[in-house]
Amino acid sequence: MQPERKIGAPILVVKGVSLSFGGVRALQDVSFDVREHEVRAIIGPNGAGKSSMLNVINGVYHPQQGTITFKGRTRSDMNSHEAAAMGIARTFQNIALFKGMTVLDNIMTGRNLKMRTNFLQQALWIGPAKREELEHRRKVEEVVDFLEIQHVRKTPVGRLPYGLQKRVELARALAAEPEVLLLDEPMAGMNIEEKQDMCRFILDVNDQYGTTIVLIEHDMGVVMDISDRVVVLDYGRKIADGTPDEVRGDQKVIDAYLGVTH
Amino acid sequence: MLYREAGQFKTSYGADQQIFPILQDRIGVIAVLVLAFVVVPLVADQYWLSAILTPFLIFSLAALGLNILTGYAGQLSLGTAAFMAVGAFMAYNFELRLPGSHFLVSFILAGLCAALVGVVFGLPSLRIKGFYLAVATLACQFFVLWVLQRVGWFSNYSSSGVITAQKIVVLGYAMDSPVDKYLVTLTVVVVLALLAKNLVRSETGRAFMAVRDMDVAAGVIGIRLMHTKLLAFAISSFYCGVAGALYAFTYLGTVEPEAFTLDLSFRVLFMIIIGGVGSILGSFLGAGFITLFPIFLSLVSQTISHATGVEISHAIVSNLETIIFGALIIFFLIVEPHGLARLWQIAKEKLRLWPFPH
Amino acid sequence: MEFAFFIEVLAGGLLAGVMYSLVALGFVLIYKASGVFNFAQGAMVFFAALTFVSLVERGWNFWLALVVTLAVMVVLGLATEKVVLRPLVNQPPITLFMATIGLTFVLEGLSQLVWGSQPHGLELRIPDVPLEWLSQKANINISQFDLFAAAVAGILVAVLAVFFQKTRIGRALRAVADDHQAALAVGIPLKTIWGIVWAVAGFVALVAGLMWGVRNGVQYALTFVALKALPVLILGGFESIAGAIVGGLIIGASEKLAEVYFGPFVGGGIEGWFAYVVALIFLLFRPEGLFGEKIIERV
Repeated sequence: MQPERKIGAPILVVKGVSLSFGGVRALQDVSFDVREHEVRAIIGPNGAGKSSMLNVINGVYHPQQGTITFKGRTRSDMNSHEAAAMGIARTFQNIALFKGMTVLDNIMTGRNLKMRTNFLQQALWIGPAKREELEHRRKVEEVVDFLEIQHVRKTPVGRLPYGLQKRVELARALAAEPEVLLLDEPMAGMNIEEKQDMCRFILDVNDQYGTTIVLIEHDMGVVMDISDRVVVLDYGRKIADGTPDEVRGDQKVIDAYLGVTH
Repeated sequence: MLYREAGQFKTSYGADQQIFPILQDRIGVIAVLVLAFVVVPLVADQYWLSAILTPFLIFSLAALGLNILTGYAGQLSLGTAAFMAVGAFMAYNFELRLPGSHFLVSFILAGLCAALVGVVFGLPSLRIKGFYLAVATLACQFFVLWVLQRVGWFSNYSSSGVITAQKIVVLGYAMDSPVDKYLVTLTVVVVLALLAKNLVRSETGRAFMAVRDMDVAAGVIGIRLMHTKLLAFAISSFYCGVAGALYAFTYLGTVEPEAFTLDLSFRVLFMIIIGGVGSILGSFLGAGFITLFPIFLSLVSQTISHATGVEISHAIVSNLETIIFGALIIFFLIVEPHGLARLWQIAKEKLRLWPFPH
Repeated sequence: MEFAFFIEVLAGGLLAGVMYSLVALGFVLIYKASGVFNFAQGAMVFFAALTFVSLVERGWNFWLALVVTLAVMVVLGLATEKVVLRPLVNQPPITLFMATIGLTFVLEGLSQLVWGSQPHGLELRIPDVPLEWLSQKANINISQFDLFAAAVAGILVAVLAVFFQKTRIGRALRAVADDHQAALAVGIPLKTIWGIVWAVAGFVALVAGLMWGVRNGVQYALTFVALKALPVLILGGFESIAGAIVGGLIIGASEKLAEVYFGPFVGGGIEGWFAYVVALIFLLFRPEGLFGEKIIERV
């Protein structure tokens, strides 16, 4: 079980969010909050709108209704660039790594918002550019150490096995030193050992850096083990919200997963 | 045996960031530079300098420019020749109209003009991608050429539209001879290549490649797409503009807008496909190949003519050249999409193990 | 007077547009069925026209030359599919596009190597003279040949539309265009289908080549006509046969009108770039074309 952590006030609040694509209603009037330093899981059957929810939170999709409050600022939709600048980082269900670059370069892109030098300074490779690159390289190497991927630093990510790619994606998100980390099925397609490693990393991130984690996950064991609170979505609506134990016993949740029509 | 890296440990990130971290590479590059700057001017004859080496360098620069845009930033462009044309004509005009200006100033200003044109025609890249963008750059290619032909100011109202490039003067000494022109071109190209190499390894280069590989993800992690794409267009067009200026001043001497046709744009595109997209070295290899191949082909046909007594017409050779270029493009795309640069890398890998087979 | 002239220019533009559509149709066919943007379509048009005209000039019978050229185009299409496209099956579209650029060069060089590079005239026994009664009654000159070309295009489009919508093979082609893997999964023979598509595209190229050959003569500049088809495709969408026609009409008409009415103010020669600029502006507002489908990117 997880050690004691100071879980703070809500850092992210989603209120009444509705999202449609043409005729498809992906999300309907979903509201929940995420407290600082906690691990919040979003679960639900396939197609429930979980990825769409994450996409709304970091501004990839813009909801037709509802508000998102992050760090005290409320807005009707997020701008993805601002979300990144304000401290939200994420990984994607289908691995959105830059296949043409090495592991190190991919992780370095995670630091882009912290880089200040312009292209001329970089082309001339003068003092500030050089110093900045080295400083960020040091930070990135810390992340590399943390996630134990030193041995594949210079490998183009396209050549790595799936599990390692997912880890590199996590590294890229961590390199941005985010306050909130959105993880979209970080353990999909992994075997038991890989899942255990990933769980360990996620918990370590939450422990050591205090990063708030919102994760979508299908493996119930993992969800019960590592999350503080759980939100359950089904057909775009929220059907349960509470601790893992509360949610596990909820009849609506059981029905949703068993496919009982409602 | 010769190419072993064993024993070359990097003990700091700074050392790891060097352009040529392997000692043998550094020695190789220095050797090539010495060869280019010192040996060639002493040894090479006029034909080689003015008809082969100088255009090779100029096209390497243009290929470098296109590679930055298409290879690194993933924005396909068929307007390379137009940017070169802008560079050529604006350099001429700056030399003409700014009294007492140094040729470098004219070149840089000309490059900036080309960069501006590049940004304007790069604006569509914010909304369109892939070959749609290629069509947009066709608009640039045709429109720019039309403007240069119709608006008399560019050619100083000459009736034929042809301009004669002025002499390049360095420290009071006119760079007239083939050796002089070669050295001017070499210097400009080496400096710009070095800047490019630094750029692609830096955050800007990473941003370019991120936009190329998955622009939606790049946007989500904080990279500003508009800024990055337009910067790519600007830098690329600057390089092509300077290449165009060199094309006029150190190679052709007299230029007209018709020298910068779509065919030239394709030629440069072929250079980066064959040489290797997304590779600085590839730009040079591709340019070298495309510059040298026609000469090689005509030598072969001449030899065959002499040997068999059968006259092979120039038209046949030139058509064969076209066919072979096209076939090589297809071949490289199928067999080695990363071009000659990748083949070079593979050769180096093999060299690491030499004389052992594996 | 003014109005009659306007009608003449408009009609001329529309009919020129029909010619562009003929070339664009070839693009659409290949793109619809294999997702490949065949930059070499123009070179195919040129090659077809050149082959036909060279055979006829060597004394071959008109119909025999036609059949043989068609056979050559079909073989060419099949060879292209096998040698160029099949090895590149899983590559990103941009790679395939660049391969077709390479193919363009190969075809251009080959055409001129085999048949020489002098321009040829082409006769199809329909005179390029104004329609009598129209020019006498209303003083409007519209070429008989242009109308013939429009009719040919119309028939071709109708045939192709029926082919795609109603026949089994047509359905299979649409399935393949949508999703190769899925099509394979339901048993559609991919290679055969692609072969058919390229053969049909070759046929369309031949028709386009003949029409253009009469209009402009068969010469190297014909390959640039293909480039003009690109703005047509942008307006009409890359997957729509109807779009190719409508796009062609719009481009042809606007280009001619711009040249005649704007041209004199800016020194003429607008036709060289006007179509592309129109396409560019269009791309900024409606990237998928008039008839195309919106592409939604999922992360």
